[in-house]
Amino acid sequence: MKEIPASKIVSKISEALIKANLYLPDDVLAAIDNAEKVEESPASLEVFHQLKENAVLAAKTRLPLCQDTGLAVFFVEIGEDCRVVGGNLCDSINEAVRKGYQDGYLRKSVCNPLTRKNTNDNTPAIIHIDMVSGSDLKICFMCKGGGAENMSSVAMLSPADGWDGIKKHVLNRVIEAGSNPCPPIILGIGIGGSFDLAPILAKKALLRKLDDTHHDSEISKMEKELLDEVNKLGIGAMGLGGNTTCLGVKINIAPCHIASLPLAVNFQCHSSRHGEVVF
Amino acid sequence: MEYRLQTPLSEKDIMRLRSGDLVYLSGTVYSARDTAHKRLVEALGNGESVPFDLKGAVIYYMGPTPTPPEYVIGSAGPTTSYRMDTYTPKLLELGLKATIGKGNRSSEVIESMKKHKSVYFGATGGAGALLSRCIKSAKVIAYDDLGAEAIRKLEVKEMPLLVINDAYGDELYAKIKQ
Repeated sequence: MKEIPASKIVSKISEALIKANLYLPDDVLAAIDNAEKVEESPASLEVFHQLKENAVLAAKTRLPLCQDTGLAVFFVEIGEDCRVVGGNLCDSINEAVRKGYQDGYLRKSVCNPLTRKNTNDNTPAIIHIDMVSGSDLKICFMCKGGGAENMSSVAMLSPADGWDGIKKHVLNRVIEAGSNPCPPIILGIGIGGSFDLAPILAKKALLRKLDDTHHDSEISKMEKELLDEVNKLGIGAMGLGGNTTCLGVKINIAPCHIASLPLAVNFQCHSSRHGEVVF
Repeated sequence: MEYRLQTPLSEKDIMRLRSGDLVYLSGTVYSARDTAHKRLVEALGNGESVPFDLKGAVIYYMGPTPTPPEYVIGSAGPTTSYRMDTYTPKLLELGLKATIGKGNRSSEVIESMKKHKSVYFGATGGAGALLSRCIKSAKVIAYDDLGAEAIRKLEVKEMPLLVINDAYGDELYAKIKQ
């Protein structure tokens, strides 16, 4: 049985949270570079220029990429042959959030939903845990900003709606969201499961690399098709017009009830801050 | 067109601007977002005064990250504006001349901007480190208990902004192709 000290989780995850807020991921930078080559709208090109300059500055000055340093959402895979010692897993993750957001001068953006009183330490984090075989503890996280998250949706479609219905719903959501979620966006799409599982699938899909290919070639084709259709809407970077509304569509599916077709669309802004630590 | 403007903004400044214009804004700007707006409008409803003069004022929808040592402010980009739409017409009526944020405004706000001769500027969302450089000083002047959401008096220098909605009812955001 592998033993993982809670203190190690706190130090490694707090560091990773800070790093994620200072360095724009390479796949996002590469996607912006690629978009620049095909974008014709001067307004969108100017936004790309600013985003790249912002990324250089954030790394240099250690001021976060975005003032919304997000709600910390975790996806944890814990092997059956490992355990956390000297504290429990969820407490360690929350302590890492507390420490990372304090030490890294990150904004505390978590509040009571009704009184709106800030918890002042960015906890509690949202933590999803899966038990897996093996002896590794894998902790993936994202620092999810509110602007893009607010544009997300869950719908219980009818099985008869099929792929066309799914596309229609996603496109409508992107149209309604317009310039609000800080395009160019990344779309996580959860299809299937249940009312509660679909959005988790959608969010997990956002952890994938922008330049990866879905292992199922049919789904990979669907991702490309949806990406093309979203980019034909002409919303452009920050809503200013152009061919680049979306940098990537990532689909995650799960079996569902014969009567249902759950669909979730999770919006991610271009500042896709996430990380992964394996213990 | 490109303009360099100094706050407070006059009606003449506003009427020159058309959607799509680039403005480098300098002077005093006040940061306020969700809860600060709620408190401002509640105070006005109770006949109380608000913490800054709204005449010719500019509000930046922004809640910064904490200020590290040797900086005047942390990362400081715009937040999504529609959440302030409920409160904006009341502030425009009292002389607010411009708001800075990102994302679409409601038809009520657009109408109110026409009526009260005001504009809506867009700043680039997710460029908080870059925009922070335009801010030369920052001081909390009200609602300190709100932390990032407190109202700050900011001195900005040549902050690059795009006129999204002008006082003539025109809008810069792309018409969606369907």
